[in-house]
Amino acid sequence: MNTRRIRRFGMFEVVNTVLMIAVCFITLYPMWFVFANSLNSPEHATLGTVNWIPKAISFDSYRVVFSNENMMNGFYITTMRTVIGTAAHVLFTAIVAYGLSKTNLIGRKIYMKIALITMLFSGGLIPTFILMTKLGLYDNFWVFIIPAMYTFFNMVIFMSFFRTIPDSLEESAKVDGASDYGVLFRIVMPNSMAVIATISLFSAVYHWNDYYQGVIYIRTQELLPLQTMLFKIIAENSMSFMQQQAMAQFGARLPGNSIKFASMMVATLPILLFYPFIQRYLVKGVMIGAIKG
Amino acid sequence: MIQSKTGQMKTFLKQWQLQSMVIPGIVWMLIFCYIPMFWLIIGFMDYSIAKPMLQSPFVGLKHFEDFVTDERFWRSIRNTLGMSSIKLVLGFSIPIVFALLLNEIRSLRFKRTVQTISYLPHFIAWTIFGGIMLNWLGEGGVINQLFMGLGIQEREILYNSDPKYFWWITFFSDTLKETGWSAIIYIAAIAGIDPALYEAAELDGANRWQRMWHITIQSIRPTIAILFILAVAGILGSNFDQIFMLKNNMNMKMAESLDLYIYNMGLVSGRHSFSTAVLFARSIVALGLLFLANYSSKKLTGDSIF
Repeated sequence: MNTRRIRRFGMFEVVNTVLMIAVCFITLYPMWFVFANSLNSPEHATLGTVNWIPKAISFDSYRVVFSNENMMNGFYITTMRTVIGTAAHVLFTAIVAYGLSKTNLIGRKIYMKIALITMLFSGGLIPTFILMTKLGLYDNFWVFIIPAMYTFFNMVIFMSFFRTIPDSLEESAKVDGASDYGVLFRIVMPNSMAVIATISLFSAVYHWNDYYQGVIYIRTQELLPLQTMLFKIIAENSMSFMQQQAMAQFGARLPGNSIKFASMMVATLPILLFYPFIQRYLVKGVMIGAIKG
Repeated sequence: MIQSKTGQMKTFLKQWQLQSMVIPGIVWMLIFCYIPMFWLIIGFMDYSIAKPMLQSPFVGLKHFEDFVTDERFWRSIRNTLGMSSIKLVLGFSIPIVFALLLNEIRSLRFKRTVQTISYLPHFIAWTIFGGIMLNWLGEGGVINQLFMGLGIQEREILYNSDPKYFWWITFFSDTLKETGWSAIIYIAAIAGIDPALYEAAELDGANRWQRMWHITIQSIRPTIAILFILAVAGILGSNFDQIFMLKNNMNMKMAESLDLYIYNMGLVSGRHSFSTAVLFARSIVALGLLFLANYSSKKLTGDSIF
């Protein structure tokens, strides 16, 4: 009886472990697939994609991507957008949250109601589009930054974190003559680095990965973020600009697919490189959110 | 505490610094949230973007009548409900099962590694993930190779050109991308269960499945209920980033969700008022669904959001 029980548990353990390894494999394989194909040599790539290992390694498609002015400009726009957008979001949201975290704030109840209603209703796509046009944000770099400066969800996370900072810390700074801004920037913010890191990372991932704002609001080629260009290359199959260049550089031997995969790799690499270091902050963020929600 | 008006004014002026932190935020909300909300009224007008807002004529429910008689609108409702239902019926439990099985892994290091890897696809953009899917589903792609190798199909199928596969493509690709991430919230809830409960159950002779059912699932029931309410309330929504990436002219018949219909009508065809009427109707229904789902969950399980 006892041995049977142990054996049954052992069986479960084995099956479960194999299952979990399978999950890891299925999760990692898509990225491996892109990686392998981006390195596949042009001669072999014309024969189709490889499933596991490139038949011969070649960096030609990367050369095309990195020497393509449009792609590099997209990389620049995405980087600028990520840096400025994240800084603006964190600073703006944190400042609003600090003000609202003070219970003695006159009008706090009304402010909170105004903030809360934005959770339940929204204008949606068309009214927002019209607003952006009227504000002159259409085809303007700042359309990436200003509308993304604040979210209710992150404001609440900041607010509840700020509340956990002991009042005595803030009081003593006040006695020393610090202003509210002084307290926020010299006492509260330095004590909130964990939550700032988490929200920065979420904001940065959003800005890096978003392609949709670029599809809707941007017409000028020079303002297109990398992901929007990728969308056009992959979903709309419009990659003539890169193929022309590839023809000039390598003759007709570089097939479109390799360039696609190399572009995908370039657009994901920053996330893949940072991921091992940032993933615990990302998870922490969800936990905070889950507890509040 | 009751304060006189002048007293409040004085305090307000005294806390000008705090007020100057909050008021820009309120102004931002008024501009970027409340103005669009107010502009939903163009659903009742024949609005033209070239003219000032209120000079357009009111046309009452004309656009509402137009969309309820538009077959393509009902097609988009069918597609949205179809994709959401598959996700809800087949997909809702997948992250729960994953969290439960992961919880049974004894080696902490292995557990953490699996968890970390399983989140990864969530942070990969849909442009890239969608690009991989399009390649896999195409001619000579991984899916065709696999299914032909297993003898499931005899010849190549262009999955993404045939509308009948579209709902399943969205379901499977979403599951592949988001299962690990959706499981986090359950994993966190499971981690918060008192280990003494398990020890007591073990002493009483409860086996693995009984412990899973009577302790783990019962303890995370409120979390499950809340996420279920949100899923039901969001049934009229769709994963726009995903659908926008995977749709094409051939599969549009099954791919055009309500979101995509609004986009196509409003921004591609330029029918601003018409699309806004659809948006308006949808937000009313969505709000109703939220209250309904919340109410039924409260009645059935005692767990609710508000």
